[in-house]
Amino acid sequence: MNSNANANANALPQSGTIRIENLRKSFAAAHPGHEPHYIIKDINLTIRGGEFFILLGPSGCGKSTLLNIVAGFIGKTEGKVALGEKEIVRPGSERAMVFQQADSSLFPWLTVRENVEFGLRMRKVPKAERRRTSDHYIRLVGLAGHEDKFPKELSGGMKQRVQLARVLSNDPAILLMDEPFGALDAMTRRTMQKELIRIWQETNKTVIFVTHDIQEALLLGQRIGIMSVGPSSQITDLYDNPLPYPRNVTEPKLIELLDTIQSHFDE
Amino acid sequence: MNRWKYWLLHGVLPWLGVLAVWQLVALASDPQFFPSPYLTLKGAIELSEDGSLFTYIGYSFARVLSGWLLGSLIAVPIGLVMGRFKFIRAITDPILNFIRFIPALAFVTLFMLWFGIGEESKVILIMYGTIFTVIMNTMTGVLSVEEDKIRSARSMGASEWQIMLHVIVPATVPYIFTGVRIAMSMSYLAILGAEMVAANEGVGFLIWNARLYFKTDWIFVGLFALGIMGFTTDRLLGYVGRKLLGRYGVVHSGAAGQRARKPRKAMQPTNATGGNSYGKVG
Repeated sequence: MNSNANANANALPQSGTIRIENLRKSFAAAHPGHEPHYIIKDINLTIRGGEFFILLGPSGCGKSTLLNIVAGFIGKTEGKVALGEKEIVRPGSERAMVFQQADSSLFPWLTVRENVEFGLRMRKVPKAERRRTSDHYIRLVGLAGHEDKFPKELSGGMKQRVQLARVLSNDPAILLMDEPFGALDAMTRRTMQKELIRIWQETNKTVIFVTHDIQEALLLGQRIGIMSVGPSSQITDLYDNPLPYPRNVTEPKLIELLDTIQSHFDE
Repeated sequence: MNRWKYWLLHGVLPWLGVLAVWQLVALASDPQFFPSPYLTLKGAIELSEDGSLFTYIGYSFARVLSGWLLGSLIAVPIGLVMGRFKFIRAITDPILNFIRFIPALAFVTLFMLWFGIGEESKVILIMYGTIFTVIMNTMTGVLSVEEDKIRSARSMGASEWQIMLHVIVPATVPYIFTGVRIAMSMSYLAILGAEMVAANEGVGFLIWNARLYFKTDWIFVGLFALGIMGFTTDRLLGYVGRKLLGRYGVVHSGAAGQRARKPRKAMQPTNATGGNSYGKVG
């Protein structure tokens, strides 16, 4: 069942491909005569359309910075970030961000359905069509029956489902996920990981998923980019993970890979 | 039965206590200086007979309400713009923080000179008393909107104007509401001063005028009228806020007892729709 999704991913046109070349980001204004302080430095990366890509690294290594640049939320200092042929300079509805904290990104004054329809409403999509789309994605993320609840009535995992449905309803080509399950308890996280793989296989999106959890990286990603400890963080290694989905934490091959990557961080 | 008990505990008993203490103090002092509850009631009846008490209350109320409403209507957009645009905030903030420390009362004479002794000067005085509180609260609200909300709206295709209308304003509603509510009490401060200095009607006038006849009981009536007016408007505002703005997070209620009662009421609908299924999905 997995090879299907993989084949699709490779067959997709290059429109969903993200190309990052010599990307640098410094926050402090460069003083004359001083080497600027870089958060990330000389990042080169190509992410194929439909691919599930993981950015793995310790806290504070600049993974989120990289993700925010791809999202267009913050500007870059040097280098090139392009989606297909188009350079990324600002947020766009073809790239959607799923934030770590659902509470800070969901709109608490809107119901689940209204949250999911937000982007459609902003783009003046007719009501009937909005309804159809939100119905579809609310069902896809497993929230059917909760349409009229407010976010505060939902558990942490359910709120992340709302976030997912909300971005999917805008049909973005790329999902940017910034440790979306970091705040969830272990069991809920496991469920959400499985669900995310299911949704990814059903929707064929490109996913860039940021995490500092090696196990999570191995369970989810087709490719894993390892970022070094900041400042001047770089992508030091790329690992392929061809294991079929759904993956299991007890698979020998997965544990083998986990050891390899773990040793990487122990150095 | 419980309801009666609640009202007895939270409304009636404390007031009976106040009346008892009042009566005791009044017994020990000269009624000219400190009228008893009974004398105050008599004064109230006296003032009600020709309807003047209600006219006064009506006047003060109309002034407060119009000044407060106009002031809030002006202040909210200013607060939104100041919160949203750093440049505008940078140039207006110092001026604002200078003027807002000058109490409305200090402007009574000037406003009378500028706007006449009629209603305009009083309404403008209340607007002045209202505006800064509402601006400050609105601005604080805008500044505390999470960046993630704005970013997610933007990446879902919302324009800057849509972000203002559909993200900033709803997220700021609780702050605006608090500001408006505090401003209401400021309005009463301002109107009383204005009516004492220059008016032929209103509760402030009643209190100030009573001094000419040495009618301390009328002053007490005036004080009570103010208390009741303030209490009623605040409760009304709180009620309207809860009913209409509940989804924006306006929950504030005046009485501690009512807050304690709320959860029980709020539990009912969630239970009815199967509260059990919560943890299950995720």
